[in-house]
Amino acid sequence: MGRVSVAPVEIERTESSEAVSEEPKPDVPWVTIVHNDPVNLMSYVTYVFQAYFGYPKDKAKRLMLDVHHKGRAVVSSGTREEMERDVQAMHGYGLWATLSQDR
Amino acid sequence: MAGYFEAAPDGGAAIALDEVEISILRSLAVQLLELIGPGPGGSADDSDPLAALLADGPTQPPSDPALARLFPNAYCDPNKASDAAAEAASAEFRRYTENDLRSRKREDALAVVHALDALTPAGDRGAVLRVDGDQAQRWLGTLNDLRLTIGTRLGVDEDPDSELYRLPDEDPRKPLMMAYMWLGGLQESLIETLLP
Repeated sequence: MGRVSVAPVEIERTESSEAVSEEPKPDVPWVTIVHNDPVNLMSYVTYVFQAYFGYPKDKAKRLMLDVHHKGRAVVSSGTREEMERDVQAMHGYGLWATLSQDR
Repeated sequence: MAGYFEAAPDGGAAIALDEVEISILRSLAVQLLELIGPGPGGSADDSDPLAALLADGPTQPPSDPALARLFPNAYCDPNKASDAAAEAASAEFRRYTENDLRSRKREDALAVVHALDALTPAGDRGAVLRVDGDQAQRWLGTLNDLRLTIGTRLGVDEDPDSELYRLPDEDPRKPLMMAYMWLGGLQESLIETLLP
């Protein structure tokens, strides 16, 4: 990692009062979700969870199995900016990841 | 095509490749480079890194299914109906990240091409490719991008009994499917050398 990127942090501006009223509470954490896909190797997904998140092998493997069997797994949580960083990293590895607010 | 990565005594990984394997890998990596390209709004001209850094990326997902898989919508959960807010957030995310992601994937594929070009196969004996550290990560990334791209093209799904695994020799998809399986073996063996 460590490459320069223009992080999409400051673009977070609400455009209308309607959007404000729908905006969930800011203290509710965001989550990064990795979705199952038919191509990525199970060993590769496990490797990415270990290499990027620094998870121990057991946890990485459990998350990988959740992705494989349940179709998805929450792999990290935090602020929106942190989760955007994680999702961008997952896309860099070729994993199918999205972020959303955990509510 | 039976060569796989093995852990090298000095900590990296090594694989013996013959001329045909080198040629196939190089051809696929070059095709991947062409597919990823600079992207809409991006520039292939790296002479002005500041301009490249400040340039806005695309806001729409790529129309090519393989590229759409490599650069998915960040806010659109595939299990939920997409809404306007998720699409707008995905567009903003894409604008600020896709060019960077494309250039990193291009750099990885280019490193693979350069590594293959540096090999000097000696007749039947082929050549031994050695990768470690950053180079191994670039190979891992490119092998995965190739599999995602080819897998999307072939329509690989979860079905273990898919006809793709028993195509007759005359099927036009057969060579690509064989390459897909081979790349999977290469990637799997490279991962094994990287795990502690």
